[in-house]
Amino acid sequence: MIEQIIFIVISLFTLMMGWVVVSNNNLFHAALALMASFLGVAGLYVMLDAGFLAMAQLLVYIGAISILIIFAIMLTRRMMRTDESPFNSQPGLAGLTAVSVFAVIGFILWQMRQFWPVEPMEGVSLAFKTPVPDSMILDSVAAMGRAFVSPDAFVLPFEIASVLLLAALIGSIWVAWPKTEDEA
Amino acid sequence: MSFSFLEFLKSLVELTTGTYLRQVWGDAPWVDPTLDVIGALLVATFGLLIVLVLIWLERKVIARFQDRIGPNRVGGKYGLLQPVADALKLLTKEIITPAGADLWAYNLAPFLIVVTVLMMWAVMPFAPGMIGVDLNIGLFYVLAISSVSVVTILLAGWGSNNKYALLGAFRAVAQMVSYEVPMILSLLIPILLARSMSTVDIVEAQAVPFIIVVPLSALIFFISSLAEMGRTPFDLLEAESEIVAGFHIEYSGMKFAMFMLAEYASALFMSGLFVIVFLGGYRFFGLETYVTSGGFALGNLIGLVAFFIKMFVMFSVLVWIRGTLPRFRIDQMMDFNWKFLVPLSLALILVVALVDKALPVGVSAWTQAGVHLVSNVLVGAVALEILRWRGRKQREAQEGRQEGLESVGVEATVAEAVAH
Repeated sequence: MIEQIIFIVISLFTLMMGWVVVSNNNLFHAALALMASFLGVAGLYVMLDAGFLAMAQLLVYIGAISILIIFAIMLTRRMMRTDESPFNSQPGLAGLTAVSVFAVIGFILWQMRQFWPVEPMEGVSLAFKTPVPDSMILDSVAAMGRAFVSPDAFVLPFEIASVLLLAALIGSIWVAWPKTEDEA
Repeated sequence: MSFSFLEFLKSLVELTTGTYLRQVWGDAPWVDPTLDVIGALLVATFGLLIVLVLIWLERKVIARFQDRIGPNRVGGKYGLLQPVADALKLLTKEIITPAGADLWAYNLAPFLIVVTVLMMWAVMPFAPGMIGVDLNIGLFYVLAISSVSVVTILLAGWGSNNKYALLGAFRAVAQMVSYEVPMILSLLIPILLARSMSTVDIVEAQAVPFIIVVPLSALIFFISSLAEMGRTPFDLLEAESEIVAGFHIEYSGMKFAMFMLAEYASALFMSGLFVIVFLGGYRFFGLETYVTSGGFALGNLIGLVAFFIKMFVMFSVLVWIRGTLPRFRIDQMMDFNWKFLVPLSLALILVVALVDKALPVGVSAWTQAGVHLVSNVLVGAVALEILRWRGRKQREAQEGRQEGLESVGVEATVAEAVAH
């Protein structure tokens, strides 16, 4: 029960911060709100017993992506002093897209209703969350690590992702390499 | 079980108060949350109050390095109450908000930076069974939280509306984001050897302290943690001679004090992390058998004392380095990270993983340690040899160019003289 209330509070926080991101005039504050929204998502992961995912969310989204965004904003200080509205001429179209995406998600959830937990626990039904045994949570990181390198599971996507990252790394070094004098 | 004060005191000494209180209170639904809150308060209070000791220690030790006496007036001959006086002074000072400051960012930053540092203490195993929470992703948690502290520095730098603050924040972010890479890579090696990211499991896995097994990884971690904390010789983010004080230049009074607090608390935390990952944490020679088996009533206390001694020795090493080394230049700092530490730690991971896989199952811990040690020394020697070779080439190129320039210069003057 308490967990569910905390879950709802964190979700509301995440959504509110998302609203601030799109409606705030001040770009820097919008970026901060985006960060807070990411933090809320990490909180949701913690509530769902996905600790590793939550920490990855912190490390990647707040520690790296948000910092990149803030750097980009800071290098264009004049953009901060704008009084323009963050809305353009297509709010109707955007709203339509959002509503249709929501409809699709809702439809899928409804189609999966036979997986919803049915047996109530002490008179309280846990929405979308079947209790996970503690042993499974404790082993989850090791199990995930094994799954990444096991041929039966995700070794191929894992290797493809690492090759992609390596290519990006080499590519960025190539781009940043100082040009020799005859090239310049 | 009813509450008895004597038993409570005994549990305090044995560091099993939590278990004792749980026995007394039974398993009512409010017991676990209450114990959690008490534990969180204890860890946070410890993290804040220990800073008073650290400030005194650092001032006193650094004074000795500089042939001074250090604090010696407030609180007796050794100036023991000096940090209290400092704190009171900072508390009573006026808090100034600069004109044009971004109020949200400016006011949030000092609080967030303290919060992130205190959060990291949650996974620190002080003694057997004495840990905030034993996460199975302990070290990953520490890295994730410390990456959030980068954001708070950006907030401070931007919110202050001051060019020195902004420059300092830029430097801090560049430095911290860069040195995060070798830090994570060097932490991967103990994780690999312990086969766990949990801080407790890593301590338990160190029958031989990892500093003996993988000294190179320990060195890389130590250097990059110095940079992460922004301490000398990596204190470019507050280089007084260049950017006055860096990202906290516009803060005064208690808000400034909170940055200082976070700096010291994180310095101690990083020393503690080094102790846990490389020096065997609360293990102390043969005593760990008593410590872990629970057969000896005071075993936990011995573990606690051992941990604290090791941690303060590490902190003193930090002060020692501050008293000895000059500051890096910014390009040297970046070169050192990306062209030396990162490739070296990548190579080291590869070597350690291969050696660990090649070792047959069931060899003794000391044999394993010996093989790893030899491979580490070899990698270190190769790295040094490559560095020496590069250095010689660079020096030769420079000397050759200078000689060339000099001879050209002489010829030119001779030609000029002849023409006249």
